[in-house]
Amino acid sequence: MSQEEVLSGLAIIVNEVAGVPVDQITMEKRFVDDLDVDSLSMVEVVMAAEDKWGVKIPDADAKNLVTVGDAVTYIEANS
Amino acid sequence: MSREVVVTGMGMTTPVGGDVESNWEAILAGRPGITVIDEPWVKDHPAKIAGILAVDPLTILEKHETRRMDRSQQSALIAAREAWANAGSPEVDPERLGTVIATGIGGITSLMASYDILLERGPSRISPHMVTMIMPNGPAAIVGLEFGARAGVHTPVSACSSGAEAISYAARMIQSGRADIVIAGGAEAAIHPITMAGFAAMRALSTRNDDPQAASRPYDIDRDGFVMGEGAGILILESEEHARARGAEILGRYAGAGLTSDGHHIAQPDPEGAGAARAITFALEEAGLTPADIAHINAHATSTPQGDIAEATAIRRALGSATDTVYVAGTKSMTGHLLGGAGAIESIYSILAMRDRKAPPTANLDNIDPEINLNVGHNGPVDLPQGDIAVLNNSFGFGGHDVAVIFRSV
Repeated sequence: MSQEEVLSGLAIIVNEVAGVPVDQITMEKRFVDDLDVDSLSMVEVVMAAEDKWGVKIPDADAKNLVTVGDAVTYIEANS
Repeated sequence: MSREVVVTGMGMTTPVGGDVESNWEAILAGRPGITVIDEPWVKDHPAKIAGILAVDPLTILEKHETRRMDRSQQSALIAAREAWANAGSPEVDPERLGTVIATGIGGITSLMASYDILLERGPSRISPHMVTMIMPNGPAAIVGLEFGARAGVHTPVSACSSGAEAISYAARMIQSGRADIVIAGGAEAAIHPITMAGFAAMRALSTRNDDPQAASRPYDIDRDGFVMGEGAGILILESEEHARARGAEILGRYAGAGLTSDGHHIAQPDPEGAGAARAITFALEEAGLTPADIAHINAHATSTPQGDIAEATAIRRALGSATDTVYVAGTKSMTGHLLGGAGAIESIYSILAMRDRKAPPTANLDNIDPEINLNVGHNGPVDLPQGDIAVLNNSFGFGGHDVAVIFRSV
């Protein structure tokens, strides 16, 4: 699974959860500060990512996923 | 100091239409919005019919909004946006803007859907938005957030009189000086196998499944219960001073309300209608009106055998001989019963009747029950008098709640 594939999958999830246009969801964007994904919506993003890629993202790790790139890297490494 | 309260905006979404004007066209035409519920679960239920929203909120709102809002919250938001625009999107100090939106039941379909997920997939799959989707104050909170209301967000709960109680509460906020504008009304979206089974267990629902459009028939001798409806009605209440200062169009005046309780039975109306009559009398007193001033009543009239008679008794008890000339309509014959939304949408219909001087018919009233001694039974809309008139909206709820709200013409 390529980084591009994870990014595009994650962009669809963030779009559905937070309504951010898919083309604005890029690696350097911060979930909270740039994409207006609040802590509750971040839980939704994590749950959807877990379901999509069969990964387990514990809360302790999820809180370190500040940027979209952080999440893509984590999912690539753990799925 | 008591301040005058006026209505400057209205919005609604119901089984007969997705906005105020489409509602009013259907209601004046006597066109019911009741259908057979198109879900597999319905086959085991004695009551298989309901008033489903004419315009599905999922076709209006964005997906990221709907996934975190219960259907009652979605309906409230749609109606509130219409009402706010209708009021001219007023400039108001957020600390002088309040929200009072009622519900009878709250986000029960979201609760049940979440419980299904809990059983099937476990606790880790429950949405982080579940709690805010099921809380009864959710519709008020969602709408309050949308418009930045900071004077207070409130949710009176009194079953099927909740929506009317919300309007009364909102008016009090303005009268007492807490707010200049309050977004007020009610929302309900509780059509689900569990509620349909519960109300059916009370023998409260119509089982006229083979003729859904004719199922809700207040005052008719063959009525057999109410029909569940869903949706929301929202009014923008505003101090007259604030409305005049910004040049807003005034659609009607809030005149007064009466709120009492039966102290009789948890779910049956007092057959003497004493509590309901006192509510009407208190509303008249607050409004400074006499029974003869009321030109039209949008009655609670749910189409239950006992309830319709008890209300008719209460109206006559409160209005006396003036009852003979008051034109009464039961619009639940078309919308079904929106529970916590009912008092709000029916207040809007009352104000529209005053605006157009046309009161709606009661659909399906083929043979009036001889125990109903009211001026009902017309097939089409009825002309209301010109000049200063007032209209009364009654709402009653399980628990013995009686709420009467009166509006006056501008």
